[in-house]
Amino acid sequence: MKKLIIALPAYNEEKVIASVLQQIKQAIKKLTDLDCEIVVINDCSTDGTARIVCKNKVTLLNHKINRGLGGSLATAFVYAQRKKADCLVTMDSDGQHDPQDLLNVIDPVINDDVDVVIGIRKLNQMPFDRQIINASSSFLTFLFFGVWCSDTQSGFRAFGKKAINSIQLKTQRMEASSEFFSEISRSKLAFREVRIKVIYTKYSRSKGQSNLNAFSVLLKLFMRLFR
Amino acid sequence: MNNFLPIQILLSIFLVFAASRVVLRVKEGNISFGFFLFWFGLWILAGFAIINPGSTTYLAKQIGIGRGTDAVIYASLVLLFYLLFRTNVIIENLKHEITKLTTEIAIKEKKEDENTSDN
Repeated sequence: MKKLIIALPAYNEEKVIASVLQQIKQAIKKLTDLDCEIVVINDCSTDGTARIVCKNKVTLLNHKINRGLGGSLATAFVYAQRKKADCLVTMDSDGQHDPQDLLNVIDPVINDDVDVVIGIRKLNQMPFDRQIINASSSFLTFLFFGVWCSDTQSGFRAFGKKAINSIQLKTQRMEASSEFFSEISRSKLAFREVRIKVIYTKYSRSKGQSNLNAFSVLLKLFMRLFR
Repeated sequence: MNNFLPIQILLSIFLVFAASRVVLRVKEGNISFGFFLFWFGLWILAGFAIINPGSTTYLAKQIGIGRGTDAVIYASLVLLFYLLFRTNVIIENLKHEITKLTTEIAIKEKKEDENTSDN
C-alpha cells in the first residue's frame, strides 16, 4: 500500500484548523487504497493551534522557534523522507483549499505520470491585487529558473518519491513557493498543473502573504540565485 | 621629514586600532587565516594610501579617474556593497542551519512521544 502524507504548515490557526482537519479526514476516507497520514507542522504558534491539533488525533510536529512557511515545508519534506512516503501533499491550513481536490492533485503522482503536481487557481477566482502579484511571480520564476507555471504561489501541491528525496528547500519564508521551481529545474522533475478550487475568505486573505512582502521575496530569490 | 596633516594622524591611529583587532581575533581563533589576510591587507593598503596620498592619484590616473580620492571612494563603495551581499548570504545560510536544527528537534520529539506511548 502506498503511503501518502498530507502536510499542513500552521501558524496561529486555532480559529480554523479543527474544521480544516475534519474536512481532510472526510476527504481521505475515499482514498481506501492509500495509507494516509495527516501531519501538522506547528510553526511555534502562540495560540491554541497545537492543543487543537492534538485533540484531532493527527501527527503534530512542533517547531520550537518560528521558521516561516519555507522552514515548515522543509520539515514536511524531511518527515516524508524518514517515513519513506510515496506521496507528499502540502496544503494551506487556513481553509482556502478544498480537500475534495485531493484526489485530482495526487492522481498523476500516485500513477507515476509526473513527479510534482501544482494545484493552480483560476485567475478570476483571485482578488485583483493577487492576480497582479501572481502573474509577476510566475514571470520572475520563469526568468530566474526557466520553469513556467501559471500559479507559482499556490500552496496545494503533490510530490512523488523522486521529488520528496531530491527537493531541498533553503529559503525560510514565503519565497519557498518560488524556490520549488528552482528545485524542479535543478532536479529535472516532471511537473503538471491541475486546476483546483480556492475558497477566499476574509480570514484566509488576512493569513496570506502581504502584497508589500513581494519585494522582500524577490530580493531573497535574487540572493539565492547568486550565492 | 614629512609633515602629516591632523586627519592623516587620526586615520592612521584608527587603522592601527583596526589592524590590532584583526590580529587579536585571529589569535583567539575567531576568524580564519584567509579572513585575517583580507582584513589585515586592506588596513595596510589603506594606511599606505593615507601616508602617501599621491599613490592613489597615480593609480586613479592609470584607470582613467581624475582624482585619487574619487578612486578610493569608488573602490570602497564597490567593496562595501559586495561585503553587504556576502553578509546577507551568510545570514541566510545561518537561518537555514537553524531551520535544519528546528526540524530535527521537531521530528526527534515526535519519535520520543511515540516511544513513550508504545511503552
